Amino acid sequence: MISNHGDDAGHTHSDDVPADQPDSLTYYQAMETAVRELLIEKGVLSADDVRRQVEAMDARGPRGGAIMVARAWTDPAFKRRMLEDGSAAARELGLDIGPVKLIVVENTHDVHNVIVCTLCSCYPRNLLGLPPDWYKSRSYRSRTVREPRAVLAEFGTVIAPDTQVRVHDSTADMRYLVLPRRPGHTEHLGEAELATLVTRDSMIGVSVAVFMPSADATVRT
Amino acid sequence: MALSDPDTHPYRSHHDMGGLPAAAVVPAEHDYAIWEKRVDAMLVLLGNRPEPLVRTDELRRNIESLGSDAYDRMSYYERWIFSIAQTLIQRGVITVDELGRRIEQVSARDSAHD
Amino acid sequence: MTDSRCMSDAGAVRFRPGDRVRVRVAYPIGHVRTPLYVRGKPGIIERICGTFPNPEELAYARAGLPALPLYRVRFLQRDLWPDYAGHPADVLEAEIYQHWLQAEDISR
Repeated sequence: MISNHGDDAGHTHSDDVPADQPDSLTYYQAMETAVRELLIEKGVLSADDVRRQVEAMDARGPRGGAIMVARAWTDPAFKRRMLEDGSAAARELGLDIGPVKLIVVENTHDVHNVIVCTLCSCYPRNLLGLPPDWYKSRSYRSRTVREPRAVLAEFGTVIAPDTQVRVHDSTADMRYLVLPRRPGHTEHLGEAELATLVTRDSMIGVSVAVFMPSADATVRT
Repeated sequence: MALSDPDTHPYRSHHDMGGLPAAAVVPAEHDYAIWEKRVDAMLVLLGNRPEPLVRTDELRRNIESLGSDAYDRMSYYERWIFSIAQTLIQRGVITVDELGRRIEQVSARDSAHD
Repeated sequence: MTDSRCMSDAGAVRFRPGDRVRVRVAYPIGHVRTPLYVRGKPGIIERICGTFPNPEELAYARAGLPALPLYRVRFLQRDLWPDYAGHPADVLEAEIYQHWLQAEDISR
């Protein structure tokens, strides 16, 4: 049975099959299978190609971005190079960013950066993995450019009134990563430990990196 | 804070939503289903080749061509697979007839297993 | 400015960082990467990103050549939104293709 399934971009996405027909493909799921089978039959791609690409994307969380941030926190010369040319800096660390032109923007005491793509959902996928639903939602895409402080507050991030907020709308070929501020009391942490403090949300700019010395190192994204 | 909308633009595509009023952001996310990951994978494979068969720009344009109702109702990867299929038809990689017949076959196969 | 005059020197880089510009007002249909909310607004060139094939053409499976200069343009939020309530120094930066930018007369 084919059924329609929709998801308002502003609402939480539910199960991808109707609850009363748990094993039925939706129309668009059937389309995915149809397109994939046709492309395989025509020799455009193979089932192995698809499987390998799915695995490659699965393996990518925000670790690439976190590695870049932790290095920048501990190596001022690398940080300078990264702010000058984000793509070159990523490649320096052996990260595969593909053809992406990466711009890294630095949070400081005076400046807080936040990233959005109002026109679609551009995102530095090779460094952060696939974007979360909220980043692609109507609410985030519409409001972040116009009332960034209110949107950040909805994530629990309050920006001081005298800190400048810079919104970056990813309208064309550049992709953006925020370099969050290094949390205090982390002087004793090595680069690998620092990387665990760097959350995906802090590299989008909707939250900041934190260190809680009395808790374990995992931070809720 | 009341957000007045001073726009007097004679034309706005539904996707061009920067600055429009909207609800509070719900920080929700879901683990991607396998079919969604395969849609994503296919776009990468179709674009990352010496002669791309689907460019990101074509994907975007075909998503933007969805009516506002469809755009809002469809999920992210539903819009993507629609657009990938549309682009492949535009480029003559698959035909409308092939697509329609195969969707029916896939659905029938699926129903037979219920 | 006519379209043909805009595109005839499409490859030449016209603006430098610090130049004052204004986003052109126009409402074509088709695939456009200049959002409505910046059209007609004044900004400053923050950097030249490079030259890239024109997405307005790539969207239709055409080559999009010659490659066009792409800039990051910095806008004051208070110039974009009449009711902007944040800090007066808050900015928004977006990437805009050269053919959507006009030099802004600083004596205005």
